[in-house]
Amino acid sequence: MPPEAPKAAPAPKDNRWKLVEAAMRRHGYKSHALIETLHTAQEAYGFLEEPVLRAVAQGLRVPLSKVYGVATFYNFFSLKPQGEHTCVVCTGTACYIKGAGDIMEAIEKKFGIEGGETTPDGKISLLTARCFGSCGLAPAAVFDSEVAGKLTVETTLSRLEKWST
Amino acid sequence: MITLEDLTEIAAKEQETRSAADHHVHVCVAASCLSLKSDLVKESLEKEVKQNGLAGKVAVKGVGCMGLCMAGPLVTVGDGVLYQNVTPEDGIDIVKGLAEGARPISRLEGDSKAPFFTKQVKVVLENCGKIDPERVEDYIAADGYRALLETLENKTPVDVCHEIQKSGLRGRGGGGYPTGLKWSTVLKSTGARKYVICNADEGDPGAFMDRSLLESDPHRVIEGMAIGAYAVGASHGYLYVRAEYPLAVKRLKAAIKQAERLGLLGTNIHGTPFSFTVDVRLGAGAFVCGEETALIASIEGGRGTPRPRPPYPAEEGLWGYPTLINNVETFANIAPILRNGGAWFASLGTAKSKGTKVFALAGRVRNTGLIEVPMGMPLREIIEDIGGGVPDGRTFKAVQTGGPSGGCIPAPLLDMPVDYESLAQAGSMMGSGGMIVMDDSSCMPDVAKFFMEFCRTESCGKCTPCRVGTVHMHQILQKICSGRATEADLALLLDLCDVVKNTSLCGLGQTSPNPVLSTLRYFKDEYTRHVIDKKCGASVCKIRKDEEVHG
Repeated sequence: MPPEAPKAAPAPKDNRWKLVEAAMRRHGYKSHALIETLHTAQEAYGFLEEPVLRAVAQGLRVPLSKVYGVATFYNFFSLKPQGEHTCVVCTGTACYIKGAGDIMEAIEKKFGIEGGETTPDGKISLLTARCFGSCGLAPAAVFDSEVAGKLTVETTLSRLEKWST
Repeated sequence: MITLEDLTEIAAKEQETRSAADHHVHVCVAASCLSLKSDLVKESLEKEVKQNGLAGKVAVKGVGCMGLCMAGPLVTVGDGVLYQNVTPEDGIDIVKGLAEGARPISRLEGDSKAPFFTKQVKVVLENCGKIDPERVEDYIAADGYRALLETLENKTPVDVCHEIQKSGLRGRGGGGYPTGLKWSTVLKSTGARKYVICNADEGDPGAFMDRSLLESDPHRVIEGMAIGAYAVGASHGYLYVRAEYPLAVKRLKAAIKQAERLGLLGTNIHGTPFSFTVDVRLGAGAFVCGEETALIASIEGGRGTPRPRPPYPAEEGLWGYPTLINNVETFANIAPILRNGGAWFASLGTAKSKGTKVFALAGRVRNTGLIEVPMGMPLREIIEDIGGGVPDGRTFKAVQTGGPSGGCIPAPLLDMPVDYESLAQAGSMMGSGGMIVMDDSSCMPDVAKFFMEFCRTESCGKCTPCRVGTVHMHQILQKICSGRATEADLALLLDLCDVVKNTSLCGLGQTSPNPVLSTLRYFKDEYTRHVIDKKCGASVCKIRKDEEVHG
């Protein structure tokens, strides 16, 4: 039993939790499966909410502090829910040299959100990434897991506007 | 059990199917072209072939990166014809042209005899753009896995280490440590178990060599790892890949399954006592995990923080066991070295830097993409001939190599050869191979600020000089770029660079001052202009007039 009952623990019959459970089982519930498990959990739930972190800690028998430490150490893990759509702007060197900064600034100005934030209506989350290797097409961004390159301020804004209506 | 004869048979069968077709159309399906919808181009080509009754005559194949990413989607027909910026609609014309007797479509044609292609020497990328990365048979037809089986048959682990030492291969992850020496150390280390790790945590912003290689020719890396495992006496390996590279992960996982199915991975490979299995581990977006001890901590499931060395992973690595850890490109060089001999490899390159190097050419240069050149090629040839120079009538200012650990090389040094020593002498480093060209629209203190901001956020926080020093250096650079800095700030910045460089725990901190130091060395005047005149020559920095008084 954990020291305190997790609030709204993931239901064992929940299909999303089944995926996480399967990931832990695949690695024999070993503590080194933590990162792999968190990847699966984030994919299943969209983000890492506290009850899930607690359940993972219990499943792999690692302290919650370690789970929290790992989940917050890596940029890829998000502890906040994402908006309906996500736009990840690459801020790697090549994109920076080719004007990713202007694109970020324009989005911030237009939608009133900064990197890591979601619009109040929950439609768009704006994220930044440290290079996803599309430097040949800089500046690049990922719109809902679709990579788009050779962007301009105008093309980026018009794509986002389609989401916010 | 798989034998060399089996490989020959698979290769012959591949060859047979291939020669049955009159025309071979290759479509790039690596991430860059895919993001420009090359998958739709391939579908359209396949549909057209079918509709025109050319099935069997025209073979359409998805292949890995062809290099010229900026002109994607790329399609080649046969050996000589290269089509650029192909749309799905163009598929109709291309197939029609083939039906009418190999007539090239001139409006799509790119120059396949351009210096971008002719000046390159391909060893690591020899299969990229030629084989289907999702089919092991295609790799085998390109002599794949032959080196592994021949090694298992004829060479002892000591022989393999000697051959690699003879080749002069040095680590392609940036440090340039002699690979053969590393392998020998792991071989000599004693431990109940040993591990092989492939570092595919390509964190340098502006570098995409490993991504392209893993997407285009995953089996080559797996073969290199297997040979490495045999040479050092390991039976299990990990491929640590960035989670930001989903396609590379997918193709690697598929490649591992295929290799297992054929008995090229698993127990008693080729009927020998040698067994080797590989697992893929996903990174989670931490630049510091490119450092080997941090990477190991991450595979063990913890926060990716480095630890002091020695002991080196070669003696005490993953879970305390001797571990061989090499970069993707290093492993990709292994099979060709064993196939052609260490002496052949040593004949390429310069006296101290052997072989070739893959670079990701990006930024303000006409031809952005993936290139491979022999070590020692002058920077000018890479940027002006292969890269096609700076576009839009602007002038070249600097080229940045080595990512956040590297430096900016100015125009007067363009004739220097690209090798480990020359780059280090110029205050930069080889790094993993990112090469970002900047023109006069870039402001150098701003570039230094960009990299310092990167190091500041990516510092893991374990050691004080890096955790605190990067924050302070970033603050000073912000002051410089907003026109609020004084000469005392510049002096303090230099002091901080010195401290952080010499007292940080790992490479991230030790090299974080490099972008500042190299820009200060070559572009001192730009700093002085920001500090004294409160002006940004490139009009990048936003210097507000009212702030001048507060200096």
